[in-house]
Amino acid sequence: MGRNLKRTFDPNKPLEMQKQEYKQMVKKVSPKPPVIRNSIWAFAVGGLICVVGQAFFNFFEGLGLNTLDAGAATSIVLVFIAAFLTGLGLYDEIARFAGAGTIVPITGFANSMVAPALEARTEGMVMGVGARLFSVAGPILVFGITAAWLAGMLYYLFGPNAPAGS
Amino acid sequence: MIFLKAFLVGGLICVAVQLLMDLTNFKVTPGHVLVGLVTAGVALSAVGIYEPLVKFAGAGATVPLSGLGHILAQGAIKGVDRGGLLGAFNGGVAAAAAGITAAVVFGYFAALLFKPKG
Repeated sequence: MGRNLKRTFDPNKPLEMQKQEYKQMVKKVSPKPPVIRNSIWAFAVGGLICVVGQAFFNFFEGLGLNTLDAGAATSIVLVFIAAFLTGLGLYDEIARFAGAGTIVPITGFANSMVAPALEARTEGMVMGVGARLFSVAGPILVFGITAAWLAGMLYYLFGPNAPAGS
Repeated sequence: MIFLKAFLVGGLICVAVQLLMDLTNFKVTPGHVLVGLVTAGVALSAVGIYEPLVKFAGAGATVPLSGLGHILAQGAIKGVDRGGLLGAFNGGVAAAAAGITAAVVFGYFAALLFKPKG
């Protein structure tokens, strides 16, 4: 590829023109995100993970769990599968194609914990793995928990059972 | 039918995020995506939009991380119903405890048992 590029680049031209040509050359060879293909992959893989989740949910409901418990059990199973596949290196292989399709589901949350933690083994099992498990999960929990607390506080102050006088 | 709805809704949420990552100039990392999803899930749940979506799409709405936000928000709100102000503090995390604990435990074990690739 390098040889082909050199041919489009004429050293006898004035410097300004060379610069222009170089810019166009870079533009031509730098990868554009294949937007449509990425979206199709994200849709297919993300949708499929949700279908797998639905299958587990139905299974747990069939065992007699209520909606909340069946949902929790489904989360546990999906998180387990994602942690396992990340450990094997397979989740990140799928993620290269599926992009958001593997980030968005709760399996992506598990992947975001395991992947950095795996790399941190050399830094120790406490301050390496223990800390890096939360390099992405930490911000998620900070924002999720704070937002939920805020929702609860607003509901307490302004909801149907708000304290008298408000 | 619920499987088709789960596929479509879950897939569409992923496409929306994928387009956000590909077409905008923001440097959107997976971390930003997940933080945004959980926060959006809390907000949509608090104003009452997310529960109907869960009713419609099942796992298509609960499996994306916005579903975790929904669980957190509903836990905090129901906690307030049960225990007043204290519920805003203990309701959310309590409701999401299973998923969070699974992620910590399985995440740690996976990092112990497997060697990093490459």
